Amino acid sequence: MAKNNKLELVTKGLIKENPVLRLVLGTCPTLATSTMAINGLGMGVAATFVLVCSNIAISALRKIIPDKVRIPAYITVIAGFVTIVQMIVKAFLPALDTALGVFLPLIVVNCIILGRAEAFASKNTVVDSALDGLGMGLGFTLTLTLMGSIREFLGSGSIFGFAIPGMDKFALSVMTSAPGGFLIFGVLMAAAVKLELANPSKLGDGSGCAGGCMGCPYACGKEPEGGNA
Amino acid sequence: MAKLASIFFSMVLVNNYLLVKFMGICPFLGVSKKLDSSVGMSVAVTFVMLMATAITWPIYTFLLVPFGLEYLNTIAFILVIAALVQLVEIILKKYIPSLYTALGVYLPLITTNCAILGVTLLNIESGYNFIESLVASAGAGIGFLLAMVLFTGVRSTLEYAKPPKSFEGLPITLVAASLVAVSFMGFGGIIESLFGTF
Repeated sequence: MAKNNKLELVTKGLIKENPVLRLVLGTCPTLATSTMAINGLGMGVAATFVLVCSNIAISALRKIIPDKVRIPAYITVIAGFVTIVQMIVKAFLPALDTALGVFLPLIVVNCIILGRAEAFASKNTVVDSALDGLGMGLGFTLTLTLMGSIREFLGSGSIFGFAIPGMDKFALSVMTSAPGGFLIFGVLMAAAVKLELANPSKLGDGSGCAGGCMGCPYACGKEPEGGNA
Repeated sequence: MAKLASIFFSMVLVNNYLLVKFMGICPFLGVSKKLDSSVGMSVAVTFVMLMATAITWPIYTFLLVPFGLEYLNTIAFILVIAALVQLVEIILKKYIPSLYTALGVYLPLITTNCAILGVTLLNIESGYNFIESLVASAGAGIGFLLAMVLFTGVRSTLEYAKPPKSFEGLPITLVAASLVAVSFMGFGGIIESLFGTF
């Protein structure tokens, strides 16, 4: 049973509590860096690294950090790891650094990371927090890579830089720019809702935010979704 | 002067933070349901952007650069912004209560709004001097306001639409945002033809 629980910690982030499509966290980097599959993957891996490290550090320090200053303390820890990632990417992957641009340092204010720190790592053991970070990170990476692939396929007729024969004639460059980002994101989110409507028991209740995402207080469940109601 | 105008208008129209650069999407989707809340949020964002730029630019230029600590800018900036937002909140509460009641609810949410950190980092990256940075921040804030107000109008009409069930709520809002973003694409190139390139 215990083993199942550990496994579930990792897998729940993939679909059931997918941070982007289900919890609606981290929308800015999702839209901005998913212009190409490889950029989405790079952003996802960078954010996953920060997420796992900061979850471990915050979970290890959870009894030391005073409750009143916990948010500044979390931000400092996260910013530290983001700086490490920035330096690594700049040194070894300069092309990715140019592609992600300012969104690499902006991982600091990605609400997925602060949200998991507040909602999970501050209450759970180091191992569980690491697995939770890994799961959420994988869900983020998967969604970004998927979105990147779709946008790259429709926008430039290639996936991961490999041209798809015959597609280059039908490339819609609007897909790789801002409007395409919003459109594909909306359609993917609708697909996730559709999946949930089809088999409600398998997925989460869709109530949104796990409780601690101070960055996106509105997008995640402050008001019930379904604006017509 | 032409350069300042060019920076300002390119921030408002061509490089709009919300619709072109994808920063600050959370408040864009969240508080854009009512006009007064979207204006309140935008004014608060503009205010904090200006304050944050006025503080982080000197910190970077006179503190981090002389000591060779440029790589610490992310940590330094986010801590400054977090502290600044708290400070602004306390000062407004004590001295300008009317402004506090208008902006107060939006202030705590601004710390983690990526547009604020984004504008401070991009000002440094673009190599703007102090005045240019302030103008760029003002432009970013006004652009934020413009996009928010426009989108609130679109969204209020969206309330009467009847999309397919799986599109209800956020998904159809994103599709609408996509169409609003198309309109901003039309501004591409306008700055070069108006002010020339720098």
